Amino acid sequence: MTSSPGACDDPPALLAAVSSRPAKPGSADGCRRSRHDAFRGRAEHCPLRPRTASNDPGAREVSWEPVIGLEIHVQLKTRTKMFCRCPAGFGAGENTQTCPVCLGFPGALPVPNRLALEWVVKLGLALGCEIAPRAVFARKNYFYPDLPKGYQISQYDLPSCISGKMLVPLPEGDHAVGIVRAHLEEDAAKNVHVGGRTGRIGGAEHTLVDYNRGGTPLVEIVTAPDIHSAEEAKRFLQLLRQTIVELGISDAEMEKGTLRVDANVSVRPAGTDELRTRCEIKNMNSFTHIARGIEAEVARQIGVWESGGEVEQHTYDFDVATGTLTPRRAKEEADDYRYFPEPDLVPVEPPAEMVERLRGELPELPAARIRRIGELLDHERALVLVTGGLERLWEGTVAAGAEGVAASNVISNQIVGAGVDPSVVEPAELAKLVAARERIPRKAFDEAISRIGEPGFTADPFLAQEAVSDTAALEPIVDKILAANPAQVEQYRGGKDGLLGFFVGQVMKETKGQADARAVNELVRAKLGA
Amino acid sequence: MSALVDTARLTAENAIALVERGEISAAELHAAYLDAIGERDGELHAFLRTVAEPEGASIPIALKDVISTKGVETTAGSRILAGYTPVFDATVAARCKASGLTLLGKTNTDEFAMGSSTENSAYGPSHNPWDPSRVPGGSGGGTAAAVSGGLAPWGLGSDTGGSIKQPSALCGNVGLRPTYGTVSRFGVVAFASSLDQVGPVAKTVRDTALLYRIISGRDPADSTTVDLPSPVELPQGERLDGVRIGVPRQAVALEAIEPGVRAEFERSLELAAELGAEVAECDLPLSFDYGLPCYYLIAPAEASSNLARYDGVRYGPRSEGATYREMVERTRDEGFGAEPKRRIMLGTYALSAGYYDAYYGQAQKVRTLIGREHAEAFEQFDVLATPTSPTVAFPIGEKAADPLAMYACDLLTIPSCLAGLPGLNVPCGLSDGLPVGLQLIGPQFAENTLFRVGYALEQALGLDLVPGRLR
Repeated sequence: MTSSPGACDDPPALLAAVSSRPAKPGSADGCRRSRHDAFRGRAEHCPLRPRTASNDPGAREVSWEPVIGLEIHVQLKTRTKMFCRCPAGFGAGENTQTCPVCLGFPGALPVPNRLALEWVVKLGLALGCEIAPRAVFARKNYFYPDLPKGYQISQYDLPSCISGKMLVPLPEGDHAVGIVRAHLEEDAAKNVHVGGRTGRIGGAEHTLVDYNRGGTPLVEIVTAPDIHSAEEAKRFLQLLRQTIVELGISDAEMEKGTLRVDANVSVRPAGTDELRTRCEIKNMNSFTHIARGIEAEVARQIGVWESGGEVEQHTYDFDVATGTLTPRRAKEEADDYRYFPEPDLVPVEPPAEMVERLRGELPELPAARIRRIGELLDHERALVLVTGGLERLWEGTVAAGAEGVAASNVISNQIVGAGVDPSVVEPAELAKLVAARERIPRKAFDEAISRIGEPGFTADPFLAQEAVSDTAALEPIVDKILAANPAQVEQYRGGKDGLLGFFVGQVMKETKGQADARAVNELVRAKLGA
Repeated sequence: MSALVDTARLTAENAIALVERGEISAAELHAAYLDAIGERDGELHAFLRTVAEPEGASIPIALKDVISTKGVETTAGSRILAGYTPVFDATVAARCKASGLTLLGKTNTDEFAMGSSTENSAYGPSHNPWDPSRVPGGSGGGTAAAVSGGLAPWGLGSDTGGSIKQPSALCGNVGLRPTYGTVSRFGVVAFASSLDQVGPVAKTVRDTALLYRIISGRDPADSTTVDLPSPVELPQGERLDGVRIGVPRQAVALEAIEPGVRAEFERSLELAAELGAEVAECDLPLSFDYGLPCYYLIAPAEASSNLARYDGVRYGPRSEGATYREMVERTRDEGFGAEPKRRIMLGTYALSAGYYDAYYGQAQKVRTLIGREHAEAFEQFDVLATPTSPTVAFPIGEKAADPLAMYACDLLTIPSCLAGLPGLNVPCGLSDGLPVGLQLIGPQFAENTLFRVGYALEQALGLDLVPGRLR
């Protein structure tokens, strides 16, 4: 067979093409490891592209573009589990939240949680997905002690939600991230490996299983490989998390494991649209770690290609402490999950009226609000307010007369810094403080902020305090500070403008926060400029 | 106390009447059956265990050992569940109890209901009350032998490809495999979920209908169940005017049907015509050509998954092993008998990557066609009739070493099971002193029609179905 221009005829492209075949039920390249590729099913397999960049060490230097897809597991906060009536809570005594169904006793049968079926549709709508008129649960078969039935019930080739898109507002404009699918499944139980050195199964003396978590409802969201930097991944996840939290379907907390993210990472020469072999990174427990993990993996892969090697498909754990990637032990045999439709359940056919009702009930989503508030403030401030759950307070405070940027700064910095719950703050009182923040003593302002969440709080006593702005009173103090720090004065005069804040801070400290910051600022600047 | 009643002959309906009239108490009746079991079950081995203390105010019932019974060991005829005592009742067991029925005991079954003779039970075979050197059929041979041997007035079986109908035929009982979805599977040890159905085994058609009334209807714990579109009627008419009976040409053409079986079957069709039915041949080519191979892909595929939970981790015996994997492998190797192992391997293969489309996927398509073929037949007929089993009860050991010969026992019962349709076995004669069964198949939810036809034939035939040895 002769190859035509642009055909998949070099090894890296061929690898990508092979792994992106649409999966069939029961095929070895099924869901768990390669769903990211397996379900893409688009025409990226065999792109027309220049044949410049390659792993040929002699080739000219190329810049590399990361290609990132995410698999996100979200634990729904339904009161009961996915297929039984056991409480789905967190933190109860081991194996106290179990029943014959979630323990896989003989003859026990699953009954789907109606609310979970509704919530996955709600999430799908928020992610711009098509809602499948018929979704089917399948059995994913494998043996593991945390899997009581010997199979996991999970939607497979007919998921509830497909073909969505999330627009992530970025400073330079919206970035679209495709949502390949969002589907429902049940969580596994928790193995506790006892003895041995690592706390992992290898070398452990025995394993205990806590089935409380087993059977709790999960939604798995799979994105298209539309993300091209660690920062974009982080922004996307922040927005996704906020969307999920606002829909009220999950707490989505990475520390508690109610939000889990795996990243599929590959790199390609910038400007091409090829897909090279990807690796999966797991075990990252915060957005920052995800970004660091992706960065480390991108760097590793670029290193491999540029040194003439070839990236091999593998799964890595990200070690937070060292910032390094550890390969998982390769399995001896390929997984074959023998998926087939779960005969104990009937297909899920959400009524059109329900879908439309849920569509009508969708709140204004965070992305839209970031865009709207961004136009009033700026993108960064809007992002912080919205993803921090702060913009309702900001809107109230502005409505009560505060200036927007100042209100945003006070809320995002002082209110958050003081650990005050923004939902209990009275916006009108906050607006008064924002307006007076440069007039009253810093100490009074800080105290007011720290107490603003208390019931019946009023700003008035704090507003009555006046900061010392009298030049005559401040001048000796400023002189004293400047005299005490000759080296810094020298540096400032040499052009290190940033030291202004240092002097102001020293004066504020000296006056125990009673000085008017603006007055001190002007005075210091004037003195140093002299 | 057994002198109070003749358990070999007493129907459930008459037993209920005796209890309601106060002529015998529920406890006395229960004891009478326990006495009969004490006398005859040494030979028949219909029961794996009995329950001495009756709870309930009505008559006793025997339950196949795949049905979970709270506080009473439930093994599904397997070593891998030895000592397993459920903490909950299967819905059918709970419904029986709610009707006042007393649990007499748990009956023998081929391991995980896989077999046609009970010879695959890990606890030894049951014996046919008509001739204890012969099998009672299977997998529900225990219940069938108990009912026909006068050890229980009635009982429940489970039917995946014929496990109620075939043993009923071989033991001379009436047995119903209901429409898929009309009886809850919750708490019934699963063999092949898309095929398993629980159903009644009794001495008469009316008893069968009565028990079906007790156990049927939607169960919130089983998502695949529905409510009956119309209530169960106890049959009473003796005529069959206007009833159209179809006889699948491909079924009666099977060479495997013994002459004696064929003769009794044909005589019952003539009788049906005399009672006013219109009897005509019909065609179901796919069903009888492909039904068996289709079934032996789908059922083992589902079984391979359903039996994965027996891993020694949470219940049942556990074999020692240095690692988790070794422990599971040894537990399953020592716990499962040859037939479950054979089917687990078959099913695992059929679902494997690269083979799914050719085997499981293809079988599902054939299954759809078989359903369609039956639906078309029911545009012209009210019921279809075939012999239930190609043979009468065969000697113990005759087919035990030949799985394919054993699988062929269900040639006639399997197609309608794949189509999810109800089937009733009605005894229609004796061949060499052994019962012959007539299988009546109806469209979905047509149990009342089956009862009506079965009852009319039962009355017209007037067979004495007490095994000669017990008369």
